[in-house]
Amino acid sequence: MSGNDHFSGASLKITGGRLLDGHGSETPNSALLIRNGRIAAIGEAAEKADADQSFDARGCVISPGFVDLSCNLREPGNGQKGNMVSETRAAARGGFTTVCVSPETSPVNDSRAVTHLIRDGAYVSSPIRVLPVGALTRGLDGEMLSDMSGLTAAGCIAVGNGSRGVRNARVLRRCMAYAQTFGLIVMLRPENQSLAADGYAHDGLVSARLGLLGIPEVAETAAVMEMLLLAEETGVRLHLSQLSCGRSVEMVADARSRGIAVTADVAMHQLVFTEEALSGFDSRFHLRPPLRSEADRQALVAGVREGVIDAIVSQHLPHESAAKQAPLPDTEPGLSSIESLLSLGLELVQRGEFTLAELIRGLTSGPASVVGLNATIGQDDVADLCVFDPEAHWTPSKRSLISAGHHAPVLDRPLPGVVRFTLVEGREAWPGA
Amino acid sequence: MTANLASPNHLQLTRDGQLRHFLTLDGLGRELLTDILDTADSFIEVGERSIKKVPLLRGRTVVNLFFEASTRTRSTFELAAKRLSADVLNLDINTSATSKGESLSDTLLNLEAMASDMFVVRHAQSGAPHFIAESVTPGVAIINAGDGRHAHPTQAMLDMLTIRQHKGGFEGLKVAIVGDILHSRVARSQIRALNELGAEQIRVIAPGTLLPKDVESLGCTVEYDMAKGMKDLDVVIMLRLQKERMEGALLPSEREFYRLYGLSQDKLALAHPECIVMHPGPINRGVEIESAVADGPQSVILNQVTNGIAIRMAVMSMAMGGQMAERQQKQNEINERGLA
Repeated sequence: MSGNDHFSGASLKITGGRLLDGHGSETPNSALLIRNGRIAAIGEAAEKADADQSFDARGCVISPGFVDLSCNLREPGNGQKGNMVSETRAAARGGFTTVCVSPETSPVNDSRAVTHLIRDGAYVSSPIRVLPVGALTRGLDGEMLSDMSGLTAAGCIAVGNGSRGVRNARVLRRCMAYAQTFGLIVMLRPENQSLAADGYAHDGLVSARLGLLGIPEVAETAAVMEMLLLAEETGVRLHLSQLSCGRSVEMVADARSRGIAVTADVAMHQLVFTEEALSGFDSRFHLRPPLRSEADRQALVAGVREGVIDAIVSQHLPHESAAKQAPLPDTEPGLSSIESLLSLGLELVQRGEFTLAELIRGLTSGPASVVGLNATIGQDDVADLCVFDPEAHWTPSKRSLISAGHHAPVLDRPLPGVVRFTLVEGREAWPGA
Repeated sequence: MTANLASPNHLQLTRDGQLRHFLTLDGLGRELLTDILDTADSFIEVGERSIKKVPLLRGRTVVNLFFEASTRTRSTFELAAKRLSADVLNLDINTSATSKGESLSDTLLNLEAMASDMFVVRHAQSGAPHFIAESVTPGVAIINAGDGRHAHPTQAMLDMLTIRQHKGGFEGLKVAIVGDILHSRVARSQIRALNELGAEQIRVIAPGTLLPKDVESLGCTVEYDMAKGMKDLDVVIMLRLQKERMEGALLPSEREFYRLYGLSQDKLALAHPECIVMHPGPINRGVEIESAVADGPQSVILNQVTNGIAIRMAVMSMAMGGQMAERQQKQNEINERGLA
């Protein structure tokens, strides 16, 4: 990659970078030698080695590739909103080497056939790893068990119900008991649907002022409590997705201290924005769960800092522009977030909300350990890497984004953090591939 | 941290602080609100002439874009536009385009092609006029005639005009708003206007199910007991109770609501003897207000309707003035650049 050449040889040497291994250990001015898709040497040994190509990473951070536990690529079924090519390339630009994709495709990923369809599509079109999450219930309808064991055999990494939830607690309890039989991870977004009802904004100051239909905090916390109790009783490995309330973080910490096997994630936008983002009726910030109060945001940030929240996710949800061009309540929820996620995180680091090491942990070893993957930089590890310059800036705009969804959280303002390249198994996923 | 977004004021005010749209009272200062009231006062006289017309909007086209049914608001907007000499087109969108699946953006494109100068918008969704103001071509003024639960700024301003006529001003006033605050765009705009204009006390009187969360943050105090809430009041504003509120488990029955929160003569007697009674209409007699009170000497409900025309004339002429000033300013800038 000296000059503008894409990395193509059998070996690559990266020198002069600040190496963060994802576990909190940091080495300034380090070097890596990558050969045949693996880390062949680190530090001095790498420095001295000969390689086909080399990259001067001075000023850059060398990190394990990022792992996203909650992403939507929109394929199969929603090609107008995004596709395997556009969205995986957007993810690679964001430094991601692995994305776990929601079962909310069309058709729903509740059969081996759909799982194979996603994996085959990724094999052909994706420069990064795509790991499907299977449906927990058939058709995501929350009524009948899916073929969980078969889905796992076909390559699903976990089972979940996407944003649809499971209304019936008896069904949920049985889903957990069945998943527990096979040791599967159950990923659930906690939302009590009868309490959330038709809401589309946090039930708080801004919804009171603007007359928006609120989703009360208790719509999430009541569901968290129910899920934790059911997990405790069934012994299932529960992962709570996309927390939005400070109170939920407390409940997760408490459950862990009592020995319940629960992990949790939060979307980056929940760490950055609050309900105030809706004060101009900006439909980009129509999100589910909604952006909540500043106190919630701070509690979520603290949850990441203290490790109660294991992973930071993109909750990437691309849409065609028409889906966001209507009065706020009539728009569809979701942000096109994966390309600028690192940049938003670096702004939080600049403001001292958490350290760079804590950010990287939330993007690498944290999510990897939730789903039993490895995301470290060590001798002979698979070379899934992200090399980024935290001081360089770029400006997301409708024209410059790769994702088919142009509703990024920040547009037309320079952001710190440019990914110089992303490697998957030593192969260049960004900017080449 | 909040998103870097255009506040409503970037949208509704020109660089010189003149109105160019009228979407919400949020962010509008006391001076501008007083200006609207004073302008409306000058238009009241027009309504008393035999020829009730002024030529301020002559040659302009005003489109009443009503996505939600309304008789009173639409007809006062229509009269206001006609008294300003505008051409008026009434469109009841509820029954035409959107029911054929046309999106709001497409409807707007079609209407813009008719070279309209102003849209008066009523919509069931909060924020719809903001969306329209952001989407339309520059130069077209948007007036909010009520959006979802968000705002009904002309209604609130006509209420302020009515209060000022009867009480002389806002200093030291104790005002209560009674009933379904949760679903009321009128109440949100009234609370905002009363705070800005300097009322001493703003009370909201309602059961917990009809109040938004954190309602105090809007600048009011909550009173569950109407008898306590009526004490020393100078102004009591009753809100309309929609029948469907019984179905959503918000209230047990109309009868119970009337017993607790209906404005009867007995309850009115607890207020200041010169307390005025207001209601944005249409009223539900025997649900939120007793007939004897609605028709009684303290009621100013019909004054409100008359004032509605004057307020709408004021807002329409001011917004059109702001749009014209902005156009002129841009033209001047182009000319200057051309000369330089």
